[in-house]
Amino acid sequence: MKGYIDSIETMGLVDGPGIRMVVFTRGCKLRCLYCHNPETWNQIGATVVTSDEIQEKANRNKSYYKNGGVTFSGGEPLLQPDFLIDCLKKLKKIGIHTALDTAGVGIGKYEEILEYTDLVILDIKATNEEDYQLVTNHTMEEFLKFTKVIKERKVPVWIRQVIVPGLNDTREKILELKEYIKQFPVVEKVELLPYHLYGVEKYKKLNILYPLEGVPAMDNEKIDELTALLES
Amino acid sequence: MNNYENEWREFQGNAWKESIDVAKFIEENYTEYVGNDSFLAGPTDKTKKVWGICEDLLKKELENGILDVETKRVSGINNFEPGYIDKENEVIVGLQTDAPLKRIVNPYGGMRMVEQALYSYHYELDEEVKKHFNTYRRTHNDGVFSAYTTDIKKARHVGLLTGLPDAYGRGRIIGDYRRIALYGIDYLVEKKKEDLIALEAKEINEYVIRLREEVSMQIGALNEIKEMAATYGFDISKPANNAYEAVQWTYFGYLAAIKENNGAAMSLGRTSTFLDIYIERDMKEGTLTEEQAQEIIDQFIIKLRIARHLRTPEYNDLFAGDPTWVTESIGGMLENGNSLVTKNSFRYLHTLINLSSAPEPNMTILWSDKLPENFKKYCAKISILTDSIQYENDEEMRPIHGSDYAIACCVSAMTVGKQMQFFGARCNLAKALLYSINGGEDEVKGGLIVEGFDKMTDEVLDYDKVMTVYDKMLDKVAKTYVDAMNIIHYMHDKYAYEAGQLALHDTDPEKLMAFGIAGFSVAVDSLSAIKYAKVKPIRNEEGIAIDFEVEGDFPKYGNDDDRVDSIGVELAQKFYNKLASHPLYKGARATLSILTITSNVVYGKKTGSTPDGRKAGEPFAPGANPMHGRDANGAIASLNSVAKICYKDCCEDGISNTFSIIPSALGHSEEEQINNLVNLMDGYFTRGSQHLNVNVLNRETLIDAMENPDKYPNLTIRVSGYAVRFNRLSKEQQQEVINRTFHGTI
Repeated sequence: MKGYIDSIETMGLVDGPGIRMVVFTRGCKLRCLYCHNPETWNQIGATVVTSDEIQEKANRNKSYYKNGGVTFSGGEPLLQPDFLIDCLKKLKKIGIHTALDTAGVGIGKYEEILEYTDLVILDIKATNEEDYQLVTNHTMEEFLKFTKVIKERKVPVWIRQVIVPGLNDTREKILELKEYIKQFPVVEKVELLPYHLYGVEKYKKLNILYPLEGVPAMDNEKIDELTALLES
Repeated sequence: MNNYENEWREFQGNAWKESIDVAKFIEENYTEYVGNDSFLAGPTDKTKKVWGICEDLLKKELENGILDVETKRVSGINNFEPGYIDKENEVIVGLQTDAPLKRIVNPYGGMRMVEQALYSYHYELDEEVKKHFNTYRRTHNDGVFSAYTTDIKKARHVGLLTGLPDAYGRGRIIGDYRRIALYGIDYLVEKKKEDLIALEAKEINEYVIRLREEVSMQIGALNEIKEMAATYGFDISKPANNAYEAVQWTYFGYLAAIKENNGAAMSLGRTSTFLDIYIERDMKEGTLTEEQAQEIIDQFIIKLRIARHLRTPEYNDLFAGDPTWVTESIGGMLENGNSLVTKNSFRYLHTLINLSSAPEPNMTILWSDKLPENFKKYCAKISILTDSIQYENDEEMRPIHGSDYAIACCVSAMTVGKQMQFFGARCNLAKALLYSINGGEDEVKGGLIVEGFDKMTDEVLDYDKVMTVYDKMLDKVAKTYVDAMNIIHYMHDKYAYEAGQLALHDTDPEKLMAFGIAGFSVAVDSLSAIKYAKVKPIRNEEGIAIDFEVEGDFPKYGNDDDRVDSIGVELAQKFYNKLASHPLYKGARATLSILTITSNVVYGKKTGSTPDGRKAGEPFAPGANPMHGRDANGAIASLNSVAKICYKDCCEDGISNTFSIIPSALGHSEEEQINNLVNLMDGYFTRGSQHLNVNVLNRETLIDAMENPDKYPNLTIRVSGYAVRFNRLSKEQQQEVINRTFHGTI
């Protein structure tokens, strides 16, 4: 089974537990204001890999993994469900821990995908329809379908949200998020990620207008403060 | 047999008493420690005072290049009055000369080097000394150049062979300094005398004559060490009686070595677990506290940090930052599955906290996935905090050298006191590849360097043809290289014999002749380009390829791609086999390293454009590292490529790999970072790799340190096999380090 990817990082240390291979897939329906991987939005010029190659690469690097494994990120990995399912099955067959780093907006087959997924790193863009559309330029419907399956199957999740100055860096928003994540049965970790400016250059290169022009990077101390609030 | 009942009280075993066998003593007496770092103590007031004085002196030294040189006396075990930093507060004593950081002149290696070094620091050698060495005595350098062949001189001139120890001390010899503590000088002399007599029974051929002379010199040196210790008020004729004496006796052995010799790398060996036995005994007897134990170790380490040698500015271009390679090997396993980790392994590493980070001593962890987890985590923690330690694979080295080996310099393993090395710098394999294309003419300096080859005239280079010619070229280069090494070590033994260090070896130890490769990744990627892309040489009027046009893509070393990695594996093996096919001086066994230290910058400067797309004069990648920017699949793919190069029966002198990662990419919390680093090392080393330098820092920090050196006086980074203070690198070297791949950069 073939898939369209942007690249493979053989040593990801922050996208799930332990040392992980991170497969950055191509294609995403969302257009988040702060997206720092615009090169992964579409599949034009993508690298084609097979699920066998993914399995072989992971197997080769097994000695590094221990509590680590493979994370599918993107782009949005859920947009290539058949490839994803095939990869996940093949990885589980050789005993490798699997994780999905996703915004939860795919095209179905969520049951089958989550059957072979050990961990979902769920990027919650916003907790209500209005905010969600503002951030992603997309409706919340598909996200809710996906999270419904997570809840039913009790899949462990790491919750993530990117915090942008002036957008969602208030106490109110964080308290809303705190309330919202209570619906997930197994929350192993919650991470607030500070908005950074590393994406700006990529937009220039790709000749795309940068939506957050002029917005400063998020202050790390503020993130610590908000994280404390979230964990209180 | 002497039986030192008092000094050897409580010690188990007898075999090590009958003949010199420190390894056996350790095995039978050490106490493995599997706990964590919570027992460690901070620095005492005495330590703080002594180190405070040193820090001021080090600052002055950095401003002036050197602090002082003794110009009236020359190197020797007992040629200087005793010296102190702060006598009242010094727990461990002994300096190379009569004052801290005052350097020694060593003319035995060569007068030219001495005079150049003194001239560049505005000193002049005493007239008497000058007269003596210019009129009455030949030096190592005189000897070598009388015997060098035309081919060697040419290869040296253009930088095909560089860094050869033909004008200074060869170093890389590790005396078993522990022997003085365990046995005392008198016992060691007695054993050497027995060996000398045993050599009478043999046929008196050239080999035996030379050996008998050497052993006689060794006995003389042992007595000098005893006399030198006496000037500091110590009688070391008998074994050490407690931990304090054990450290002091061991240090006297090392001190004698650095008074007598100025070798490039003067390594310490493997002392931490040996000394722990004495510390444990004292603690059981109630005569030593943890604070005192740490004080002894801290003060020992201070002494190692201020060891110095007199170098020329040209030497500093090759090996930046005034390194001495006081390499200490820590950890490792025994064959029975227990580790050799003790509390003292922790204490040594803890000096990087008590005295802040520093490049020397070059702390080297002998890694095994079976080491105690707590120790692994402590090492990772210290790496993250200080960037001052390196890691080498015990599981690869122990089967070859046994469980009592140590690292000399960066990556060279040898059994302590039982093997010695003939150090041999390195050969530029990227340049040799260009010679294959250019008919043996040098692409930078011009002139025919290697005879018997035609210039290639092909429009597009043909891989098979290039490989056939390269193979023949390497035959010739290997022969020239071996000739140079045989001459160098013959002359070094003759004119600058390290009697003090070799007295602390078994008589007639096994000899390893350590050859080296530079330009490894450049040669490998160039061959890959020729094989998988279209490479068109751009030639000048003389038909020399001065640049290359590359059409199409090609697999690059550092991406875990067997198509190119296999070219590298075969190249190293091929070159090793060629070297090993020649007879070597004193019956040495050939070994090979892929290690450049910081000389990759100078090698690059001397080498023209290469078929991999590297432009003339650009630096090589250090050691066995992939070229920066070409490893596009992340760190593990890069590590895997390096791990494929064979250690056993090929690169047994070491395969150096330097790895830099930004802190935020290593993990979010300290605990995550530590665990990830431990897993990374376990993963890398179980693949049969040999060495890893670890830096956890941001590129921005280095850029800032380049612009504002005063802000980062202690910033230490690992380069290729050693650590260095960043502000002691040249601007060129700093830039090269900044350009290297930092894993995790978004």
